Amino acid sequence: MPDSGRSKSAVAPAVVLSVNGVSVSVIPGSTVAAAVCIAGAPTRTSVTGQPRAPLCGMGICLECRVTIDGTPHRRSCQILCAPGMDVRTA
Amino acid sequence: MNTHFQVVVIGAGPAGIAAATAAARAGHTVALLDDNPAPGGQIWRHGGHLPATAQARLAALRASSAVPFYGWRVIDHPAPQVIRAEHDAGCTDLDYDRLIIATGARERFLPFPGWTLPNVCGAGGLDALVRAGLPIAGKRVVVAGTGPLLFAVAGHLAAAGAKILAICEQAPLARLAGFAGGLLTSPSRLLQGAGFGFTARGARFHTSCWPVAAQGTTRLESVILRKGSREWTVPCDYLACGFHLVPNAELAELLGCRLDDGFVATDDLQQTSIEDIYCAGEPTSIGGVDLALIEGEIAGLAAAGNLPQARSLIARRNSMHGFVHALDRACALDPQLRQLARQETIVCRCEDVECGVLRAHDSWRSAKLHTRCGMGPCQGRVCGAAAEFLFGWTATSVRPPLFPALVSSLTAAIPQDPKENV
Amino acid sequence: MSEGWDVVIVGAGIVGAACAAECSSHGLRTAIVEASGVGSGATAAGMGHIVVMDDSPAQMALTHYSQDLWYGLSPSLTPSVEYDRCGTLWVAADDEEMDEVQRKHHVYAQAGVPTEILDSRSLAEAEPHLRQPLAGALLVSSDAVLYPPCAAGYLLQQAQHFGAHLHAPRKVVTAAAGKVVLDNGTELHAPHIVIASGADAVQLLPELPIRKRKGHLIITDRYPGMVRHQLVELGYLKSAHSVTTDSVAFNVQPRRTGQILIGSSRQFDSEDPAVHHGILSSMIERARWYLPSIPSLSAIRVWTGFRAATPDKLPLIGPWPGDETLFLATGHEGLGITTSLATGRLVADHLLGRKPEIPFEPYLPVRFSRSLAHA
Repeated sequence: MPDSGRSKSAVAPAVVLSVNGVSVSVIPGSTVAAAVCIAGAPTRTSVTGQPRAPLCGMGICLECRVTIDGTPHRRSCQILCAPGMDVRTA
Repeated sequence: MNTHFQVVVIGAGPAGIAAATAAARAGHTVALLDDNPAPGGQIWRHGGHLPATAQARLAALRASSAVPFYGWRVIDHPAPQVIRAEHDAGCTDLDYDRLIIATGARERFLPFPGWTLPNVCGAGGLDALVRAGLPIAGKRVVVAGTGPLLFAVAGHLAAAGAKILAICEQAPLARLAGFAGGLLTSPSRLLQGAGFGFTARGARFHTSCWPVAAQGTTRLESVILRKGSREWTVPCDYLACGFHLVPNAELAELLGCRLDDGFVATDDLQQTSIEDIYCAGEPTSIGGVDLALIEGEIAGLAAAGNLPQARSLIARRNSMHGFVHALDRACALDPQLRQLARQETIVCRCEDVECGVLRAHDSWRSAKLHTRCGMGPCQGRVCGAAAEFLFGWTATSVRPPLFPALVSSLTAAIPQDPKENV
Repeated sequence: MSEGWDVVIVGAGIVGAACAAECSSHGLRTAIVEASGVGSGATAAGMGHIVVMDDSPAQMALTHYSQDLWYGLSPSLTPSVEYDRCGTLWVAADDEEMDEVQRKHHVYAQAGVPTEILDSRSLAEAEPHLRQPLAGALLVSSDAVLYPPCAAGYLLQQAQHFGAHLHAPRKVVTAAAGKVVLDNGTELHAPHIVIASGADAVQLLPELPIRKRKGHLIITDRYPGMVRHQLVELGYLKSAHSVTTDSVAFNVQPRRTGQILIGSSRQFDSEDPAVHHGILSSMIERARWYLPSIPSLSAIRVWTGFRAATPDKLPLIGPWPGDETLFLATGHEGLGITTSLATGRLVADHLLGRKPEIPFEPYLPVRFSRSLAHA
């Protein structure tokens, strides 16, 4: 389970997924929103073209919507990373 | 899979955990739903340090017979005594004899120039993101807004290695001192707020202080803070900013429960205006963990028919109402915060509607229809609370789905077993 | 308080706003009364289509005339109105419906509306997300869509630019014999009163042959390019024209934003604004047959609205027998947005003594007066 600030546990292997084609490694239990932030990408582009990233962290603001494995508009702050996930931001 | 439960609890924060545990102990079949992958709600969010009370409560929940449904989001109530929840494998209807709504609260976000930049988050928002794996070690963070939440957040972020540059509380010091005085009568709340006078490794604590602008090109680079007539710029990586909490009362409203001033009205036993529907925790009043726990317990016992034991807790619950009022007063928002948004500052983030465009309207409905503010995927949860504060509009009108949901989740032919294909 | 006007219009939905714009811009001193907000009733609930329909020659004439008026107005419309001449595809599921496509093609041609017949393959190219194979479709490229509340707002602003005065929010208590009384006691005097309050018109004139016809709509999140035209099944006409039963018909519309509007449903005898899950479900199932990707789209909101329906599917536009000061502009059912501009023209034609550009007799309220006299 994520516990930022500590070194990675030797027991639980990192989860590797791809964000916009780039490989990202996260601590098990991390959400896709965290993976996108680690990748340095905004999660979405607003309707007038501004970069956006998660605001509320709890599934309310919908700024964290990304495309996961081909399905758009997924709330990444409430979805755990799975190995091999293909995440694309708008 | 069984889809009928005597008691269905929506929300697995402190109130929901207490309610589900109490109802299960009383011998009823209980379902506990939460849209997050793990229980705890916001204040006991999985992924960080949890106080001993939280660990004990979670352990008791796990040991109980309450059936967990995590990652399940309630989107509709398609028939009497039925709630519909969406989850990874599709959608399921659960029917109940009694329902307990423990949907908690969300942060109030106020717009100011630059608030839409990446890395400007809520206070609880940044905490949640860090618990969910966002690396914060070594990052410079300004915490701002109002309420004891700021201290809890600053403490947790500091423990995770963040450099807390400043904690900016918009309330004046005099008001906070009065509130802190009240806090001293309740040790657990003091702990919850990590105490006033907290300084995280050199963080400066300011009162009567708030952000007036966030600056940066593709992401946050600095924040301009104001206190009185003084303004100064703080280069930073994250701004964790939230202006207290607003109740998640949408499910209650959809079910027809009476609301008072945005909060769900409940009687002594936490029953709403609709028979067999109970509500506990933040949707009834913003009162923190201790109140949520006892309201949850009362609701769980009452829903399971154990009225004498439920009643025995009423006095203790009522004794906490002083805290609710004190918190309300302490977190009252300075009217100057209404002036932060400029004409071109975005208020509705989903549809990029600017403050100046909204000002031309005289009601939430008119603004919604003509500017589409509040018509986006957040369904007005972010901009509505802002508009209420900025313009005095009441932002209501709840319709299904309660959250954006798949069209397939709106059809009646829902398989009761989520493993079935539609 | 007492005011004198040339015309008072009751209702600032899109029809009332269109009437106000026409009257006001032609020199009539115009007052308009709105109980709630501009374009907030059926106008706000509808899809916003501008569609030529051929249920009857009179319906064809009115919708065609109005579609042309919208096209002429379109360069002046503000961006918030989102006018988009995306066209309509009347989709044929089988050969029998293709015969209907041929028939429509001929009827529309006779009425001066050019259309194109698409075969199965060209339809699939035009709309790749439609179920395949379908038999084909009729493309009406002159049809359009827009965002109704802002369209009503635009028309009302035009009216105000020419001096029209809006009383809102104000309920009309009585409207008769040249006097409109508001809920705050204000009296508006005019030789002409236009009732454009949709299904609520029966509150002022209980004997009006108007019934509420409830509809449901869903709006999705953004899927740019997924649907390019308004899509309607040929069975839509059967649904719209059933006078007694509840029905659903496939009707999907793209918004400029890339959001998709999914409809349609019709129910009589329901005044309950709550979403009816059974009807909603049927509507979705019907839509899914034509657009298999529909179930996997993210739906942001579901809502209902009430169309004002008359017994013969034509609106009431004209003098109300029994009160020479009253004029009706209501009963537009699902064609209020489409025919609002034509309605405004016909109303102004009557008040100004101008010759209308289309025959107006089929819409006259007097056509019901015999049955009303027996009521």
